[in-house]
Amino acid sequence: MASIELAHVTKAYEADRAAVSDLNLSVADGELLVLVGPSGCGKSTVLRLVAGLELPTSGRVIIGGEDVTTAPPQARDVAMVFQSYALYPHMTVRQNLGFGLRMRGVPASDIAVAVDRTAGMLGIGELLDRRPAQLSGGQRQRVALGRALARRARAYLLDEPLSNLDPLLRVDTRSELALLHRQLGSTMVYVTHDQEEAMTLGSRIAVMRDGMVEQVGQPLDVYRHPANRFVASFIGTPRVNLFPCVCARSSGTWSLASPVLRRPVVLPIRDGELPPRVDAGFRPQDADLCDANDAHVVGSTILIEPLGPVTLLHVRVDGTPESSLRLVVPADTVVHHGEQVGIRIRLDRLHLFDNSTGTRIVEPPRTGVGPAKMAPEHR
Amino acid sequence: MKKGPDVLRVTAWILTAALMLPLAWAVLASFTPEQRLFAGGPLLRSLTGEHYRAIFIERSFWMPIGNSLIVALGTTAVSLLLGAPCAYALARLPFKGHRFVLAFVLAVSMFPQIAMVPSLYLILRSAHLLDTYPGLVLPYLTFALPLAVWLLSGFFRQLPAELEDAAMIDGASRVRALREVVLPLAGPGVATTGILVFLYSWNEFLFALSFTLGPERYTVPVAITLFRGQYQVPWGQVLAAAVIATSVVAVVVLVAQKRIVAGLTSGALKG
Repeated sequence: MASIELAHVTKAYEADRAAVSDLNLSVADGELLVLVGPSGCGKSTVLRLVAGLELPTSGRVIIGGEDVTTAPPQARDVAMVFQSYALYPHMTVRQNLGFGLRMRGVPASDIAVAVDRTAGMLGIGELLDRRPAQLSGGQRQRVALGRALARRARAYLLDEPLSNLDPLLRVDTRSELALLHRQLGSTMVYVTHDQEEAMTLGSRIAVMRDGMVEQVGQPLDVYRHPANRFVASFIGTPRVNLFPCVCARSSGTWSLASPVLRRPVVLPIRDGELPPRVDAGFRPQDADLCDANDAHVVGSTILIEPLGPVTLLHVRVDGTPESSLRLVVPADTVVHHGEQVGIRIRLDRLHLFDNSTGTRIVEPPRTGVGPAKMAPEHR
Repeated sequence: MKKGPDVLRVTAWILTAALMLPLAWAVLASFTPEQRLFAGGPLLRSLTGEHYRAIFIERSFWMPIGNSLIVALGTTAVSLLLGAPCAYALARLPFKGHRFVLAFVLAVSMFPQIAMVPSLYLILRSAHLLDTYPGLVLPYLTFALPLAVWLLSGFFRQLPAELEDAAMIDGASRVRALREVVLPLAGPGVATTGILVFLYSWNEFLFALSFTLGPERYTVPVAITLFRGQYQVPWGQVLAAAVIATSVVAVVVLVAQKRIVAGLTSGALKG
């Protein structure tokens, strides 16, 4: 078990375009850090840099306090699960599981013990004499996981390990992985493009875009205080509603004006400075249906999606960039297609981003319902 | 109902017949007495093993077969041993100018053989390698190695790179990953390459003629050519020798092919 640290790491495959640029990231001993981001954001490259499959153009990679920047993969003592599983097709499951131990010169009797223990842990004991070609997708995934877990590595790297599984199996395996991590207490770095996977698995998540880390933090912290517009819209389903606003200060209070809003909304902010133009955002869960008179926003429902526990409404509002807002309402709410609805935004959960830079405007001291940091549990 | 497959089957038979006809004729003729060969009329009238007896007893045809086997197998072994690491490097390792190297390798194999004979002759003579097995294997490498490198690098490139990544993370060095993962998986490709190199070496004539000095080192093609006397060509014996030479190749290919098929069925990756 060991900590991992990346210091000012840049990886450029071509001179002018960096896959990862000046990245700083540290994973504590025993932590499960999830790297999440859209495809092509460089998250897999980060994993390959830690594994030693790629060498950084500049910067340092440190595992367990030891500088391994230029060390080859076999000298780093990490284990990895690949998205494609990358099982050795010419070996049996038993040989696949034992391969890492054999390469490290572990005696055959010890390998047999470790293989049996791992197979037992993952419930693949009866598959040991088969070859990868004779396994189902779920079984292969388990074997791939087993191959990594069969030896005690300093850190385990998982590159989208669940993305080839069907949805049901994926959710089950996800829970199992979380339990496994708790049991083993080993350092893990987990790469995924699925924000839900990231939220549920990670002790901390790092949101990446274009080779840079946009935000690192505990899942709920990132969800509640997204550092910028990108993180806000990437983390959380259904996606956050964003619309541009003009800020104005009158008689000591700040207010927002937008074609989306029926009338300017007075913010529960007294002090501090706001830029003239901001993007306001609220999550579909952070607004309620209400009477048109009390509403911040009025629109007509264009799509009703019952999800079971809740219902997702798409409300057409002129002036929004996407021409509709998403709203999560209780499942027993009665709404009809084309019906006029009023939406009241919970202003204490409103996110404001600088319109030009996209960065979050750090909440100044708030009046009213209290600072968002102490906001009650989200539904 | 089965019109499509039938058409294919008929075509296959016609093609096979067209290819087999000269071979069948050669086999038949090799069992026909010399005087009947040019007399016209059906060949089957009288059969004889005389030609086979003659080439093995009178001409010790064992010797060139042995020589050819040693030289061809030697060339195959050396070009696979040297070609595999080279091809792997060209297929996988990112180094400057690997395209240039590949193009150069190809260009070398395009060089006309006859142009190399005089200089190779001088080199081999000063190295005292004329009329020796290494004296044939080394020149054969000039065409066998480029062939092996080209074919193998193609086969290696087709293997998923993640398998080697996995092997190296599991603690294998590059060389060990090549040995434990890449080569077993590239088995069919290696076997194919081996067969082709063997065939080229087995049939090679010009170098063998130029760099051997006597019957102790003659290879099969050279030996067969030198069957001809001053006034006549013993066609029956030539054909018998050709049949033997072909059979050896056929056996080698069949053995290697078993390996190819075995390799193919154990291949499959992720679904």
